[in-house]
Amino acid sequence: MIGTLALLAQQATEHSFDTPVNVVFYIVAAFMVFAAIRVVTTDNIVHAALWLIMVLAGVGLNFLLLQAEFVAITQVLVYLGAIVVLFLFGIMLTRAPLGRADDLDNNMKPIAAVVGVLLTAVIAFAVIRTFGDDRLTFEAYSGPMAEAGNNRTTALANEIFGPQLIPFEVLSVLLTAALIGAIVLARRD
Amino acid sequence: MLLNQFLLLAAILFSIGVYGVIVRRNGVLVLMSIELILNSVNINLIAFSTYHGLGGQVFALFVIAVAAAEVGVGLAIVLLIYRNRRSVDVDALDELKG
Repeated sequence: MIGTLALLAQQATEHSFDTPVNVVFYIVAAFMVFAAIRVVTTDNIVHAALWLIMVLAGVGLNFLLLQAEFVAITQVLVYLGAIVVLFLFGIMLTRAPLGRADDLDNNMKPIAAVVGVLLTAVIAFAVIRTFGDDRLTFEAYSGPMAEAGNNRTTALANEIFGPQLIPFEVLSVLLTAALIGAIVLARRD
Repeated sequence: MLLNQFLLLAAILFSIGVYGVIVRRNGVLVLMSIELILNSVNINLIAFSTYHGLGGQVFALFVIAVAAAEVGVGLAIVLLIYRNRRSVDVDALDELKG
């Protein structure tokens, strides 16, 4: 059992530090995990929103490392630019305590910690067993990119407005419905 | 780079988000934890899109748009709860408990 685990850990970390990009990844990942833990443990609601900005920026950096520039820019615009501001407005409108508050958590912390650790362990075991030491080759990008003249954003646009056009249109209807729903819910009358 | 390192980071972020959803009492903080979960899924989608084509990136964009809609409606609901009860404690909302 322990031997299997050691073998899996060795497989999973074998190629971990072989390129500078990997070092960047591990620095960003460590910071993201720390910031995410602060989001769910801090006593100050406004600080939670600010730590959330750090996590979202880290996710955007991960998208850049995975060569998805357009999604990374969208992440910065939509999440850091709009959603976090929405959260800050929500904090102010509900007159949450702007300083430290000690009633933000319920008494389920031990159970929740066990759930979180178990969930991580199960997913990590399954992921390492399934994908072992698969390298990222970015092979799937080459075909559509050659078609689009080596421009990744053009390739992505071809994908959205080609095969995925119907989901895209449905999504715009969903956004309109959500917007109207939010207005109906939040208006005073 | 390995595929696994992104998947494991996403797994850790997902679990932290689940922890936050269970532990937090303030409605706005629960919504923030849900954002953590949605973002971890986005990392997975982009990582797999390097294997299976650009569909993963398209769906990550869709998830971002759906998350924006979800935050809008969710915050409106939290605001309505605050207006009716003068508090956003989601643990106090137990009228449906038998």
